[in-house]
Amino acid sequence: MSGGSYYVPESSKWPILASLALGAMMIGIGTLLVHGMAGMPVMALGLVGVLAVMALWFRDVILESRGGLYDHQMDRSFRWGMGWFIFSEVMFFAAFFGALFYVRTFALPWLDGEGAKGVAALLWPDFTASWPLLNPPDVSIEGPQETFSPWHLPLVNTLILVSSSITLTIAHEGLKEGLRDSARFWLTVTVLLGLCFISIQGVEYYEAYAHYGITLQAGIYGATFFLLTGFHGLHVIIGTIILSVMLIRVFRGHFTTDDHFGFEAAAWYWHFVDVVWIGLFIFVYVF
Amino acid sequence: MASHLPPKPTPQHSTATAGGMAETGHARPRGLLRWLLTTNHKEIGTLYLLFSLTMFFIGGIFALVVRAELFQPGLQLVLPEFFNQMTTMHGLIMVFGAIMPAFVGLANWMVPLQIGAPDMALPRLNNLSFWLLPVAFTLLLSTLLMPGGGPNFGWTFYAPLSTTYAPPSTTFFILSLHIAGISSILGAINIIATILNLRAPGMRMMDMPLFVWTWLITAFLLIAVMPVLAGVVTMMLMDINFGTSFFNAAGGGDPVLFQHLFWFFGHPEVYIMILPAFGIVSAIIPTFSRKRLFGYASMVYATSAIAILSFLVWAHHMFVVGLPLVAELFFMYTTMLIAVPTGVKVFNWVATMFRGSISFEPPMLFALAFVVQFTVGGFSGLMLAISPADFQYHDTYFVVAHFHYVLVPGALFAILAGAYYWLPKWTGHYPHLRLSQWHFWLSVIGVNLTFFPMHFSGLAGMPRRIPDYALQFADFNLASSLGAFLFGTSQLLFVLVIIKCVRGGEKAPAKAWEGAEDLEWSVPSPAPLHTFETPPDFHPHRH
Repeated sequence: MSGGSYYVPESSKWPILASLALGAMMIGIGTLLVHGMAGMPVMALGLVGVLAVMALWFRDVILESRGGLYDHQMDRSFRWGMGWFIFSEVMFFAAFFGALFYVRTFALPWLDGEGAKGVAALLWPDFTASWPLLNPPDVSIEGPQETFSPWHLPLVNTLILVSSSITLTIAHEGLKEGLRDSARFWLTVTVLLGLCFISIQGVEYYEAYAHYGITLQAGIYGATFFLLTGFHGLHVIIGTIILSVMLIRVFRGHFTTDDHFGFEAAAWYWHFVDVVWIGLFIFVYVF
Repeated sequence: MASHLPPKPTPQHSTATAGGMAETGHARPRGLLRWLLTTNHKEIGTLYLLFSLTMFFIGGIFALVVRAELFQPGLQLVLPEFFNQMTTMHGLIMVFGAIMPAFVGLANWMVPLQIGAPDMALPRLNNLSFWLLPVAFTLLLSTLLMPGGGPNFGWTFYAPLSTTYAPPSTTFFILSLHIAGISSILGAINIIATILNLRAPGMRMMDMPLFVWTWLITAFLLIAVMPVLAGVVTMMLMDINFGTSFFNAAGGGDPVLFQHLFWFFGHPEVYIMILPAFGIVSAIIPTFSRKRLFGYASMVYATSAIAILSFLVWAHHMFVVGLPLVAELFFMYTTMLIAVPTGVKVFNWVATMFRGSISFEPPMLFALAFVVQFTVGGFSGLMLAISPADFQYHDTYFVVAHFHYVLVPGALFAILAGAYYWLPKWTGHYPHLRLSQWHFWLSVIGVNLTFFPMHFSGLAGMPRRIPDYALQFADFNLASSLGAFLFGTSQLLFVLVIIKCVRGGEKAPAKAWEGAEDLEWSVPSPAPLHTFETPPDFHPHRH
C-alpha cells in the first residue's frame, strides 16, 4: 500500500466555485420553472460556471497526473471512485425502470379491475388497460395516436450504440498495444457514432411530437418514454463530450500503454450508457 | 516517480502553514479562505460537524414551534398552514441537515485516523461534498419565505400532496434535495474509496474498527439509494412543471408509485442514520468496559445483514395504502427478520460489558443510554411491523414515538457519545465533566418526557401532523411539550461544553481513554493537521 507518496492537494478553489455555480444553476432552473424567463440568465450563468469549473478542475487533475504526482494507490482511488459513481447511475436508472415495471405490472391492470386491487376500476369504469397505453383513464388526458415501431429508428440506434462500444474497445486495445493511429481512428469513429445516435434520437423526438402524439402530457406512456429515453440521451451527450476530451488527449499524446485510466473511465461510462440502452430498447420499444 | 513528488511537510510543522504543497506553491490560505478552500479531512470534518450543529438548532426550533402549538388543545400560536411547514421542515432539516452530516463529519475526522490514512482518498471532492450542503440548505430554508410558504406536506412529501396540491416553492425544495443528494453520493464514494484503498499496510478488512465497517456499509447504502431519491423527486418535478402523469391515476400513473419509490430510498435511509451510530457505540462500550468487543465478526455480519434486509422491507411504511395481501405478509416477515441481526448487536454490547471493568465517563453514559433507549425504539418498531396491528398504529403518535426513539436517543445520542469520546482527540482537552453530566441527565430526562407519552397518545388514537387534538390527549401533550423544551434548552449546555473544551480544560494525552485501542489514539491530542503521512505500523489484535 502507500509508501507515503499519496498526493494530497493542500487547497483548491474549484470545489467551492463548483458549489456556488451549481447553486446558481438550481436557483435559475427553479426561477425559470416557477416565475418564468427571469430565471434564464441565472441558469445560464450557473451552467456556464459549472462547465467552466469542471473543465478547469479536470485540467488541474490532468496536469498533476502528467506531472507524475499520482502513484498506483491514487490510480486505485480513481478506479473505486469511478466504479461507485457508475453504480450510483445504475441505481438512478433502476428507479425509472422500476417505475415503468410497476405501472405496467400493477397500476394499469388494477385500474382495469384485474387482480388484488382491482377495486380501482371504480374510478374509471370504461378504462381498458393496454401497453403502450394509448387511452389514459381520464378523457382530460389525450394519449398518443400511435407508437414507434422498434424495428426502424430504435433498431438503427441500437446497432449504432452497440457498434460504438465495439469501436471503443478496439481503440482501447490500440492504446494498450501502442498503436496510436488505430486508437485515434477508432476513437474518432466512436465519437461520430455517438453524434449519430444523438441526431437520430433528436429526429425521433421530433417525430414523437409532430406525428405520433407522444408527448410528456400524453399520459403515463409518454411520461415514462421521455423520462427513460431523455435521461439516457442526456447521458449519451455527456459520454460523447467525455470521449471527445479523450480524443483530444489521445491526439496530444497524453496516454501511455499502461497508464491511461482517464480513457478507461470514459470507456466504462460509455459501456454503461450502452447497457442502459439495451434495457431501454427491450422494455421501452420492443415489449 | 518519487523524484516528481512535492515536498511533504513534516509532522512537527504541520499545524503551521505548510508551504510548497499546493499546486500553486503558495502558503496555505488563512482566515475564511482556509475553510472555503481546504482539502484537509480534519478541517472538513469540523465544518461538517459545525454545520450539523447549526442545522440541529434550526430544526430544533421548528420542533419547539410544533410542541408549543401542541402544548394545549385548540389553535394557539400558529396557523395550521405554518404548523404543517414546521413539521415538514423539522423532519427534512433533522434528517438531511443534522443527523446525516454529523455522521459524515465524524467519518471525515475519524475514518482516516482509524485506518492510518494520510487523508480522504479524494480530498478536493471532499470539499465539494461539504460546501454543497450550505448551498442546498440555504435554498431549502429560503422556501419558507417564498409566496405560498415552504414545503407543507410532511418530510415524506407524498404525491399528490407534494405535486398537485403543493405550494409553488416545491420546485425549489426538489432542487435543493438534488444538491444535498449529490453531496451525499460524492461523500459516500469518497468514504468507500478511502476505506478500500487507504488502510495502513497490514490492516485487513476484518481488522478495521467497527465504526469504519459500519461506515463502509452505510456508504454503500447511500450510493444505492440517494440516486433513487433523485429519480423520484425528478418525477415530481416533471409532474409539477411538465404535465407528466407519474403520480396521477388519470393519466395511468399511480400516487402509490411515489410511495414505493420514496420508501425504497427511505428505508435504507433510516439505516444510513443508525449504522454509523452502531459503529460509534461499538467503539465506546469496549473502551469503557476495558474489554475487547464481544463478537466482532458477528457485528460485521449483522451490519451487512441489516443493510441487505433494508432493501426488502420498504412497504412496511405503506401497510394501509392498499397493498395486495401477499405484499402485506412479505413485508411484515422481512421487517421482523431485521430484529435478528439487530438483536445480535444489542446482545453483543451487553456481553461486552459483562464482567467488564466499567467506568461511566460522559461518552459511556450516552452509549449506555443509546443501548437501552434504541432498544425501546426497536421494540416499538417490531409492534409496527405487525401488519394488522399497524392498521391501528399507522399515522398516529405511536409512530412518532417509535422513530424519535431510534433517532434521538438512538442516532443523536450516538453522535453526542462520539463527540464526547473524540473531543479530546480534536481539541486536546477533556470536556468539562460536570457540565457533560448535566447535559447527559437533562437530555435523558427531556427525551423520555417528550417521547414516552407519545406511545400512549398514539395508541389512544391521536393522529400525527395535526395542529389540534381532542381533550383526552391534553395531559400527554403537556408532558411532551415540557419535555421538548427541557431537551431543547439543555442542548445549549452541549454548545457550552464544546466552547469550553476548545478554549481549554484538562489536557488530554494521545491515548485519552485508558481502554481505547484504535489507531486514532496513537497520534497526539489534539491531532496535528497532517497525520499518518507515512503509514503507521499496524499490528492487528485478535478480535
